[in-house]
Amino acid sequence: MTCLPGKTERALGLVIDLDTCVGCQACVTACKGWNDQGYGVPLSDQNPYGSTPSGTFLNRVHSYQVQPEAAAPMIVNFPRSCLHCTDAPCVTVCPTGASYKRVEDGIVLVNEEACIGCGLCAWACPYGAREMDAAAGVMKKCTLCVDRIYNENLPEEDREPACVRTCPTGARHFGDLADPGSAVSQLVAARGGYDLMPEQGTRPVNKYLPPRKKDRPDQASLLAPLLDIQATGLAGWLDRVLGKI
Amino acid sequence: MNQPRLNTSPHVSDEVRKTTCYMCACRCGINVHLTSGRVSYIEGNRDHPINKGVLCAKGASGIMQVTAPSRLRTPLRRVGPRGSGAFEPISWDEALQTAVDWMRPLRETAPEKLAFFTGRDQSQSFTGWWAQAFGTPNYAAHGGFCSVNMAAAGIYTLGGAFWEFGAPDWERSKLFVLFGVAEDHDSNPIKIGIGKMKERGARVIGVNPIRTGYNAVADDWIGITPGTDGLLILSLIHCLLEAGKVDLEYLSRFTNAAYLINEAEGPEKGLFVRNAEAQPFVIDRRSGMPAPWEAKGVQPDLGAVWQGHRTVFQHMAERYLSPDYAPEAVAARCGVTALRIRQLAAELASVAFDQAIEIKQPWVDFRGDEHATMIGRPVSFHAMRGISAHSNGFQTGRALHLLQILLGAVETPGSWRMKPPYPKPMEAHPTPHFVAVPGKPLSGPHLGYVRGPEQLALLPDGSPARIDKAFSWENPFSAHGLMHMVIPNAVAGDPYRIDTLFLYMANMAWNSSMNTAQVMEMLTAQEADGSYTIPRIIYSDAYASEMVAYADLILPDTTYLERHDCISMLDRPVSEPDAAGDAIRWPVVEPDRDVRGFQSVLLDLGARLGLPGMVAEDGRAKFKDYADYIVTHQRRPGVGPLMGFRGNGDGEGRGAPNPDQMARYIENGGFYQAHVPEEAAFFKPWNRAYQDWAVQVGLFDTPQPYLFNIWSEPMRRFQLAAEGHGAVQPPDHLRARLKLAMDPLPVWYEPFGDAAEPFGFTVHALTQRPMDMYHSWGSQNAWLRQIRGHNPLFVPTKLWQQHGFSEGDWARVTSATGQITVPVVHMAALNENTVWTWNAIGKRKGAWALNEGATEAKQGFLLNHLISELLPAKGDGMRYSNSDPVTGQAAWFDLRVRIERADPPADGHSRPAFGAIRPVVPEGGKR
Amino acid sequence: MNPAPSVIIFTVLSGMGFGYLALLATVHDYTGLAAFWHWFVGYALASIGLAASAFHLGNPSRAWRAFTQWRSSWLSREAWAAGLALLALAPVALSDWLQLGLPRVFGWPGAVLAVATLAATGMIYAQIRAVPRWHHWTVPALFLAFGAAGGCLLAGLRLPSLLALLVLGGMMALHWRVGDGAFARAGSTLGTATGLGGLGQLSVFEPAHTAGSYLLHEMIFVVGRRHVPRLRALALILGVALPFLCLLLLPGRYGPYAAVPLHMMGAFAQRWLFFAQAEHVVGLYYGKR
Repeated sequence: MTCLPGKTERALGLVIDLDTCVGCQACVTACKGWNDQGYGVPLSDQNPYGSTPSGTFLNRVHSYQVQPEAAAPMIVNFPRSCLHCTDAPCVTVCPTGASYKRVEDGIVLVNEEACIGCGLCAWACPYGAREMDAAAGVMKKCTLCVDRIYNENLPEEDREPACVRTCPTGARHFGDLADPGSAVSQLVAARGGYDLMPEQGTRPVNKYLPPRKKDRPDQASLLAPLLDIQATGLAGWLDRVLGKI
Repeated sequence: MNQPRLNTSPHVSDEVRKTTCYMCACRCGINVHLTSGRVSYIEGNRDHPINKGVLCAKGASGIMQVTAPSRLRTPLRRVGPRGSGAFEPISWDEALQTAVDWMRPLRETAPEKLAFFTGRDQSQSFTGWWAQAFGTPNYAAHGGFCSVNMAAAGIYTLGGAFWEFGAPDWERSKLFVLFGVAEDHDSNPIKIGIGKMKERGARVIGVNPIRTGYNAVADDWIGITPGTDGLLILSLIHCLLEAGKVDLEYLSRFTNAAYLINEAEGPEKGLFVRNAEAQPFVIDRRSGMPAPWEAKGVQPDLGAVWQGHRTVFQHMAERYLSPDYAPEAVAARCGVTALRIRQLAAELASVAFDQAIEIKQPWVDFRGDEHATMIGRPVSFHAMRGISAHSNGFQTGRALHLLQILLGAVETPGSWRMKPPYPKPMEAHPTPHFVAVPGKPLSGPHLGYVRGPEQLALLPDGSPARIDKAFSWENPFSAHGLMHMVIPNAVAGDPYRIDTLFLYMANMAWNSSMNTAQVMEMLTAQEADGSYTIPRIIYSDAYASEMVAYADLILPDTTYLERHDCISMLDRPVSEPDAAGDAIRWPVVEPDRDVRGFQSVLLDLGARLGLPGMVAEDGRAKFKDYADYIVTHQRRPGVGPLMGFRGNGDGEGRGAPNPDQMARYIENGGFYQAHVPEEAAFFKPWNRAYQDWAVQVGLFDTPQPYLFNIWSEPMRRFQLAAEGHGAVQPPDHLRARLKLAMDPLPVWYEPFGDAAEPFGFTVHALTQRPMDMYHSWGSQNAWLRQIRGHNPLFVPTKLWQQHGFSEGDWARVTSATGQITVPVVHMAALNENTVWTWNAIGKRKGAWALNEGATEAKQGFLLNHLISELLPAKGDGMRYSNSDPVTGQAAWFDLRVRIERADPPADGHSRPAFGAIRPVVPEGGKR
Repeated sequence: MNPAPSVIIFTVLSGMGFGYLALLATVHDYTGLAAFWHWFVGYALASIGLAASAFHLGNPSRAWRAFTQWRSSWLSREAWAAGLALLALAPVALSDWLQLGLPRVFGWPGAVLAVATLAATGMIYAQIRAVPRWHHWTVPALFLAFGAAGGCLLAGLRLPSLLALLVLGGMMALHWRVGDGAFARAGSTLGTATGLGGLGQLSVFEPAHTAGSYLLHEMIFVVGRRHVPRLRALALILGVALPFLCLLLLPGRYGPYAAVPLHMMGAFAQRWLFFAQAEHVVGLYYGKR
């Protein structure tokens, strides 16, 4: 199982729009909430009301500042979770077969029953997508809400990952990235979606859409005064303005 | 390949109960999943008008709020000194009897000695009604230190305001301009809207000293100097007028631009010229003669001069065409280049007029004139506390509304639209009621909109009738009261002393007060005889906040999933531009502690006190609890707190109380919507179809069409008083200020805080509320506090370099009021002369069931210590409230500071550091 | 990476242990009680190391599952190699102890497996591309060199020990030298990690969370980096130079006796550095390495 499937039937994943993400952290806690009671063991917290709290989260939102050479500085909010890589190094390092990539949809999962908690998969992941749960001693990671997306106990419209469902700005898109005709693939094509750390050779399924060019005020020509108000006075201006009615 | 067999359709939950979120003031619909009787998951309700299924970080963490260890468990009576945190548990009977024993004598002798102020209250029509029945004039919620400037400027200008009262036309708008911080008001709808605009490729422009959140995704960012938004806006108006790019048709038909201004010297100067029926009138362009403003077919002439009186339009043009408002004249002050201002003006004009949209929907206006289509100006704006929390915030709000009006961008397709029950003319609002009579209820609602000096809440001797001095000469339009002044005024005995301070959900001993340390001293101030200066304090909250320790009697409230509530058309509903909407909360789980919903407790107290409306004819309590009140109370015949399912179940807006109403709301997902007919969807203030619909659903009893107030006559009346006209006269020391601030046309003046600049306080200091925290609630939330458990001071590049800061450094920040020592972090995307931090992350040790070493209590800090509720003394020794002189809005963002590098404290503890309060509930363990 | 005591103890002890076992099986021919004690030391080091590694597991009770993925996982291969080595060497050990006279050639398969264990341990780290400092052939080479040096020292083989120490010293230096530039060579930056590199000068604004997390604890270990030069010197001096001198200068058995503990201390220092200095690319997201 820890061998990767040569090819998956579909490649389900997320497309995250960095042009739209406002960094509200909604996806972070929706993910925490769902997965605290969903697939596998709960996402525990240690010292939740103490001086050094910590806990397991499967999705984190960073923020970065960018200083372009000749434009205003920017802030870019950046959600980070499992990218469900095609060449997932976390899977092949797993000594027990607990980590696997599903043949039918490419989702990378941890079979918690088989996980010994060695942490090697987390080491192997360049993206920090895996967090070992300190209470259960098993590796937790984004499941792409595999317990939602096919769940017949949920209304059809809710069969999408919790983070996508909750995202207020619609910055998170879910779909089959192996199908060039899918909405997510089209979005990637249209907006120049890209891979994180391509040099790591992981071939992520999830894609990120770059921020659009900013701080380029409309090039529309500036407004021209109707006339020289200082010369004509208000009366002249008024005649000119109201003459237009 | 043998993958594990996976059940991809696991059981989700036993039951889903739909109610309303209360993790902030946004009031989204939520689906609460229950498993084995416990809350197991919370998600957004897809059918709900506010959030349409999405939910923010706070909402999705609600489960941690319902189980928070900081929940109060039982009524408490103080046993140690006030502020120590020493309490003993008592029974509800004892607690209620104690409250009644304290309140009854006050009602019978001097009702004003009870000051009842509610903080993040979502039941103001109810709490206000209770206070009215008690008879005290001293009631308000927290709007005075929140965003009353935006509400009042909106009502006085447009008959509606941002947030709850209006929204951008997200579906059609092509340009959205966001002024100032608005991340929290309102939360999800703006995020949804920005997402929609981004999806369509529409443009978003942010005007804000700080580029985070919405400003981070804005296509353009204008990093304006705090407090100068009004000046920037008036300069945009200058550019538009100069180029003639204003919607003249709109101005003449739908605003008071064609009213004539009396130019004769005397007590009428600057008021509207009126006809024999005391009505303002217009000059009809067809005849050149006066005509009623609402006459069919009338074409009001903006350029008219009648007997030497010119129109509002001409006064306005004269003012803003002045070179004083040219971009070149304001650029340096605003910290925005003149070119950038001109570019923005050009873009606004281009989108409004060159990219106008048209909806093929005929409609009839209030004059009876028919329109074949609806012309839209697809430019929308939003602003909230960012521009509001300045001492010039009211006028800045007015300026922004004027800009919208000039572009024809209010209530037109693609622009900004109002939500029922708005539009509603200022004249349809009550005036303040304030006369306290022992043993009697107040004659009407406390809060309202004054039309002139005669409506001020003044005692016969001219002194303020209210403890917060609302509706006094210091802040005549204080429509939301001034909660931030209650404690300082009560302690100073100015205007008088009170006996019992009754607070609900307001953390006045911490982040909700300016000058926190001093407020803590005020709350514990004693007289010579050892009695407390504020003799009694009753507090109701669900959680062990910092305020709890400063009360004498604690009435523990439930959490939001354990209570009934109504989000009512009578105060702050959940309407959208296309539908009136209201909602409920209901106990989706039962409390596991000896706590009671505050509103039910108020009704119980009311019944025990024998307050009118709360006692049945047999002398027993009229309402079983708040749920009973929600369903059976009638404000006007047939009109009650909830609009849906009235009468036999199909009454909308009007109808007799329906005992099944609550059940029907629950069945309907916790909310109700009355949809605005299509032909009534735009031009609502003037659209006959809308006016008729509003009467039909009970928003009004008669149609209420009106014109937008470019020129504000109520303001001019105060200016006239300041000039010496009229019977009710201001004190002399306030005349100059009133003349300046009560200008009937939008004006910009320097924020009062700028007076600190010559003393070396050259840097602006701001706070923002993070999208993942609400007030101080977030800190007790096991999930949210992991995201943001402490806050640094963000410093712009210029100051960072100037002071030689490097990573890990600390700074000493000093204002005229106080000093803090805090960690600093560099931020490039920030106005070069502004520092800021996240609001209300810092906590007092011992509060919120957190460990005393919690980062919130250690590194976390408040900026409040630097902000005084009073301005520094003037030459005449007078100290004015640090508030907007029009509305009394707390001027949080006027703050000016000095910053310098400081040695990191050896204990890693930000300064000031307060001692721990004795925890009222045990420290939280596991979750 | 977090220099967890469990993995440091594991790799140091079992490295020495398997190195020693390989020599016991092939070069040495102790008999009787002497054989018992020598084999005991070898087995003990290897087993204590393996046991220590179990403390690194979240669920040690399921450790047996680590044998299942030998086709793809180096950790699984290491488990197999270690287990088989201990098994394959048992007859030789018993034979030595009980003087059963099993020919030395029977020791070779076990010895090969022991060496394979060392190589596999090295490969566990070397396979991880996300830790550029580790992702290099010098890592298994280093582990083998440690095995050889530690084994020879324990075995009291003077000349091989001197040679192995020289090789080890060289490998340590090479590993550091290669490793110091590895992160830059790998090409991962905050720019590639976020894809925002082309927009301008990029830096972390706010952390994603102020509370602790597994990632921060496990992979973004930045404590003690300023001690690196001193620790490197210590590792070289204790692990290589002093043992070398001991062997050269001290007579007879005193050389190895003195050298082994010194070498072990050096190995611990080196191993602490091996982890503490290893920078995981995930640190880029946090602006820390």
